[in-house]
Amino acid sequence: MNLETTYLGLKLRHPIIPGAGPLAGDPHHARQLEDCGAPCLIMNSLFEEQIVREQRAAFAAIDEAEDSFAEALSYLPEPEDYRLGPDDYLSRITHLKSAVDIPVIASVNGISPDGWREFPKLIAAAGADALEVNLYHLSADKYESSAEVEERLIESVRTAREGIDIPIAVKLPPFFTSIPHFVSRLEKIGVQAVVLFNRFYQPDIDIEELRAEPTLRLSDSSELKLRLRWLAILHGRTELEMSLSGGIHTPADVIKALMAGATTVQTVSGLLRYGPEHLRSLVDGMSDWLRDHDYDHLDQLRGCMSHRNSPDPEAIERQNYAMILHSWIAD
Amino acid sequence: MKKHATLEANEAVSSVACRLSETIAIYPITPSSPMSELADVFESRGQKNIWGATPRVIEMQSEGGASAVCHGTLQAGCLSTTFTSSQGLLLMIPAMYKIAGELTPFVMHVAARSLATHALSIFGDHQDVMAVRQTGFALLASASVQEAQDMAAIAHAATLSSRVPFLHFFDGFRTSHEVQKIETVADDVLRGLVNEQDRLDFYRRGLTPDAPTVRGTAMNPDAHFQAREACNLYHEAVPAKVQATMDRFAKLTGRHYHLFDYTGAPDAEKVIIIMASGGETVDETVKHLTARGEKVGVVRVRLYRPFDQAALLAALPQTVKSIAVLDRTKEPGAPAEPLHLDVSSALAEANETGQLPFPMPRIIGGRYGISSKEFTPGMVKAVYDELGKISPKRRFTVGIEDDVTHLSLEYDRSFSIESEEVVRAVFWGLGSDGTVGANRNSIKIIGEETDHFAQGYFVFDSKKSGGVTVSHLRFGPDRIRAPYLISSASFVACHQFGFLEKYDVFDCAAPGATILLNAPYAPDKLWEKIPLEARQAIVGKKLRVYTINAFEVAREAGMGGRINTVMQTCFFAISGVLSRDEAIQKIQDAIRKTYSKKGDEVVRRNFAAVDMSLQHLHEVPVPGTLEGEPRAATVPDDAPDFVKRVTAVMMAGKGDLLPVSAFPPDGVWPTDTTRWEKRAIAREIPAWDPDVCIQCNKCVLVCPHSAIRAKFYDNHHLGDAPGTFKSADFKMRDFPGTSYTIQIAPEDCTGCKLCTQVCPAKNRQQPKLKAINMTPLPEIRAAEVENYEFFLNALPDPDRSKLNHGEVKSSQFLRPLFEYSGACAGCGETPYIKLLTQLFGDRVLVANATGCSSIYGGNLPTTPYAKNSDGRGPAWANSLFEDNAEFGFGMRFAVDQKNEAARGLLADLAPHIGDELVRDLLEADQSDEAGIEAQRARVSALKDKIAHCSSTKAGALRLLADYLVRKSVWIVGGDGWAYDIGYGGLDHVLAQGRDVNVLVLDTQVYSNTGGQASKATPIGAAAKFAAAGKGSAPKELGLMAMQYGNVYVARVAMGAKDSQVVKAMREAEAWNGPSLIIAYSHCIAHGFDLSLGMDQQKLLVDSGLWTLFRYDPRRISEGKPPLILDSKEPKVKTADFMRNETRFRMIEKMNPQRFKDLADQAQESAKHRWKLLEQMAAIHFPEETVVTTTPGNDA
Repeated sequence: MNLETTYLGLKLRHPIIPGAGPLAGDPHHARQLEDCGAPCLIMNSLFEEQIVREQRAAFAAIDEAEDSFAEALSYLPEPEDYRLGPDDYLSRITHLKSAVDIPVIASVNGISPDGWREFPKLIAAAGADALEVNLYHLSADKYESSAEVEERLIESVRTAREGIDIPIAVKLPPFFTSIPHFVSRLEKIGVQAVVLFNRFYQPDIDIEELRAEPTLRLSDSSELKLRLRWLAILHGRTELEMSLSGGIHTPADVIKALMAGATTVQTVSGLLRYGPEHLRSLVDGMSDWLRDHDYDHLDQLRGCMSHRNSPDPEAIERQNYAMILHSWIAD
Repeated sequence: MKKHATLEANEAVSSVACRLSETIAIYPITPSSPMSELADVFESRGQKNIWGATPRVIEMQSEGGASAVCHGTLQAGCLSTTFTSSQGLLLMIPAMYKIAGELTPFVMHVAARSLATHALSIFGDHQDVMAVRQTGFALLASASVQEAQDMAAIAHAATLSSRVPFLHFFDGFRTSHEVQKIETVADDVLRGLVNEQDRLDFYRRGLTPDAPTVRGTAMNPDAHFQAREACNLYHEAVPAKVQATMDRFAKLTGRHYHLFDYTGAPDAEKVIIIMASGGETVDETVKHLTARGEKVGVVRVRLYRPFDQAALLAALPQTVKSIAVLDRTKEPGAPAEPLHLDVSSALAEANETGQLPFPMPRIIGGRYGISSKEFTPGMVKAVYDELGKISPKRRFTVGIEDDVTHLSLEYDRSFSIESEEVVRAVFWGLGSDGTVGANRNSIKIIGEETDHFAQGYFVFDSKKSGGVTVSHLRFGPDRIRAPYLISSASFVACHQFGFLEKYDVFDCAAPGATILLNAPYAPDKLWEKIPLEARQAIVGKKLRVYTINAFEVAREAGMGGRINTVMQTCFFAISGVLSRDEAIQKIQDAIRKTYSKKGDEVVRRNFAAVDMSLQHLHEVPVPGTLEGEPRAATVPDDAPDFVKRVTAVMMAGKGDLLPVSAFPPDGVWPTDTTRWEKRAIAREIPAWDPDVCIQCNKCVLVCPHSAIRAKFYDNHHLGDAPGTFKSADFKMRDFPGTSYTIQIAPEDCTGCKLCTQVCPAKNRQQPKLKAINMTPLPEIRAAEVENYEFFLNALPDPDRSKLNHGEVKSSQFLRPLFEYSGACAGCGETPYIKLLTQLFGDRVLVANATGCSSIYGGNLPTTPYAKNSDGRGPAWANSLFEDNAEFGFGMRFAVDQKNEAARGLLADLAPHIGDELVRDLLEADQSDEAGIEAQRARVSALKDKIAHCSSTKAGALRLLADYLVRKSVWIVGGDGWAYDIGYGGLDHVLAQGRDVNVLVLDTQVYSNTGGQASKATPIGAAAKFAAAGKGSAPKELGLMAMQYGNVYVARVAMGAKDSQVVKAMREAEAWNGPSLIIAYSHCIAHGFDLSLGMDQQKLLVDSGLWTLFRYDPRRISEGKPPLILDSKEPKVKTADFMRNETRFRMIEKMNPQRFKDLADQAQESAKHRWKLLEQMAAIHFPEETVVTTTPGNDA
């Protein structure tokens, strides 16, 4: 069975990638994933916001206490190699690269033009094989129109793209008025792939303590549907490679994603829930299904259920919504 | 080509010492600590000495330990050095005798500092150095940053050639902390200076079993004397060897020093002899005076011991008729100060033996510059003038007004010798606004980027929060030799507009000078906002005024309250030191250099600040109008006379003007004075919302400055309340019909936000609001000042005897007798001290180890220990750092003796007093507040009974009667004291079984001296001397104390369990034996936002790194296990606690694997310790093992 897939210029043995999560970032687990057949790894994002926050906090906590009192002009040592910046992320790339033989894809989320400019360069210089640009943002400004938001995001990606030669994938949030239009703009500025979609951690409300509680919920297959639909719509409307992230838990989920048009799929929650071995079972399950259904290679099914190829494209678009509502009423 | 650097003497000296040493033993003490810290950095970076090895650095438990390590390494044949000051040097004296007696090459570098006598002082003079002049060490003095570097090198070379150990010293702060542009000494120069054969000879003498010798023998009368004389030739040879080294140094560097250097007229008649930095001032003044034809000169002493009489005579001009010897030390009772005696004796002997090449001059001597007192050209001139008098004062002081013994010389304060070519700039800033840091940067820019020379010196006040800093900067074409503050500045910047209301900021401005004001007003509105006194100075001196709203610019640039870059940019833009464009470019370069490690974000924000500053800088029109009210008095009229006469003058920054008579001769000062110092340093203060408040009093408990208080009171008191005074119905059932108020002291709050962080109440409509919310000070200041006045004075304190002192909430109605200290905003220590004074303050004696708690507890001008309405309150004393346990034990000893004496007298006088009262007094139960109050009433009755009794015994009892009321002795200090330097004493005191209470304020680091590691420093924390993160677990002080069996031991953390703190303090105090409370205190040295201090304490305890417990020996007799665990099994990962603090986090940033290893190690250690304590908490002792304490207390 030929499962070979090219994604971001990387030749992968199969299309099931451990996505950006805690496992892929640590050399020990990375080796385990490689042993379980991972074709490449995607690291957690380098969040500029986090770095800036830490820099500000450290500056406030350390520098503001300095030169205030004759006996204690400072309170902490300042070793030469203590730097507040992306260094530990960059050194993790280096460590991962030396720990595994498979390609390593790094990921970045910037908040400033400088962040978008500098961090991708540093990541590329640290040896990453490709970059996933994570557009993780929420627009809460009532004075910024959706067009302006999109413009800002496109500029960010353009800034990242301009400084480096390695392939770029852009991981999108699902909240766009027109995803195909945004993806077509991405295509024009030279990215190689889009990833559908990142998962926003949704805060819960603690009704006793009156506070917002950050929650971390692992995904399940129910999240697949949103992604399948957009894959199906985009397939054939863009030349970009597409990766599905969120909701891949069973071999059938993988098949669905490929049928909707995915080049690759990414899995995180499944690996966290069942361990790195789960990756092997996904690959095996997919292979078995393909074998059982007489497929020789993936291109035979990739995109077969897209909007363009589906026997019932309306089911993928608005009609789907109407029908389901109708079915509720009927019940 | 000569290489220059701009640095402090501490940096220059440490660099030389590290490059010429193989081992370094250190212990932190101000002002020498930076030398030790830099040695640690030298080692951690793997830098090499001139022989290619990295010197190894070890921090010891005290200076005594450091000197002993040096002694050992030297004996074993390894070149060693150390750094110290003041009492630290005194602790080294025993080893110094040994090292010198054994003719061991060794150099110690001393930033010379005052000794603690009537008071501690961290500042500079020669009292410490003079206290070791008899040890056999050679003493070599440096006068400037350049000299300190050079003499350090000379000392290291000369000790090897002479075998006599050297103490190289320079003036603490004035030289150690002065920033100067100097020519640096390269390794090649050091190699050329040190004789290799001398080094090899030293190695050959090393103690080794391969060629065994015995050293440190005991000698008897038959031999000791002669053997002691056997070293004479070595000491006699030192001066020549030092001079030879100086000559060699001159060949290598072009800088030629001599044992005694003379400057002045060749035919000088009046000569001053002086050592160290004061010599620079005299030297420059002499040049000024001789240029005007005066026949004056100065001999500067470099090598003080051995004292080369012949070299001194050779240095003096033949024409000398009178000599003034200036000593920067004081020896009460001596015929003269030491240098004066040495010079007198040298000349007298030469005269007697016919070797004096000129007639015997008149020799007078004086003291100057004690504790960094200013020593200016005007004072030098006064000394020369005195020498010209027919009958000069034989002994004098200069620089102060002595109206008691009339020793002081008058001097002309306006006398100046400053060159017009030198730019002199003074900057007034606030500790946290970055002024000093910016000025350090400016000096570096000018010193290292231009041909100009630069000098910087920084003056700090005594407050750890909101302290004033004054930076004195000079720039000029020649090396700047002016080790005194600027009194005639061409540029004065005031970085905090509020200073104009309190200080005469422009006193130091020269006529026509430029001034820069950071002001929150538009330029055209500024004039009317400037206080009258400042306007008078501006008009009178024709000052040119520029302004910028730096806080607004900084805020817009994302810099928060850090206005350093803004003000620095403005300085360069208008001072003309550099062209504007060049200056901006260099500031940006400096920003990049300084902050790139801190992250791009910080660099970006600073760049933005530079750009915006120039756009917002304006020259201000000076209309010249001088209407308006003069400044209010520093303290109100109802302040005590002493406060008005003395304290207020010091508060206004004019303490230098106070005469000798103003001061208590024995260092005894009144308490309760912070209340007069209304600093108003917070930008935001908490405002109370009575509707949301649940009346838990937690905000009161945690306030480090006693600036938030609670009272309940009868409703009728509200009749006279100010209109904005807030109250609520008091919710405690026991007190129906009363009202409750949380009141903020608006001008004493530091704005630390600990209170708002711990407040558990939430506003239901807007959960982001609590029962107390930060509010801009200007919005509520006036109203809250009035409210606080009403709260304090019109509302009665709740009746102590009706409150349950064991309950957190009730305890916070007790009046704190520790208030408004100068501790850091958000301090984790002071809430414990405040609680202590609430519970026992009216009968407590505190022995306080030197450290943070002695500085915020006793640093003048104002001190925080207060008195209640009866005039009672904590009696507080600080002895030293190392002896505090013994010092406090002495207090207990005395109190017990007095109690015994009073009890004896009671029995003797029973017939007169009455048996019943005597019996009640002797058998009183004073275990609770009611019992104490009852005993006070009895004592009062007793005093009435014997008031008119004329017998000696009655007179004695009148003095002693108050000791019949139980006194509580508390021994307070930090972990540096308790775990390290004072541990031996602490252990011994605990072992005595007496009723002393020890409170260890454990910040896990030497906080006061700037964050050096102690044995309390936890695994994984970076600290100075442990920059890579401490790899070993902290000492278990509590377990060590428990093994005595009769010591009450508690480990507490207020943020984790406040009720346990209250319980532990009361149990400790009630235990009729020794008690030890180890109180976790978050600290500025931990590197996180201290408003989260209490949350972080909780996390600490939950992680198992600080298990809460109480070991109560009383429980043994109750058949219970004496150890009770007050916290639960660890449930949080240690790393989760550690990541919140920079001290740990920086290790993760540098070396993630090491962080992980250390965090795992900490986790393991926490688990093990929990298991150990858990098992111990299950141990029952047989009742017969009940431990006893030593009787004889006053219970």
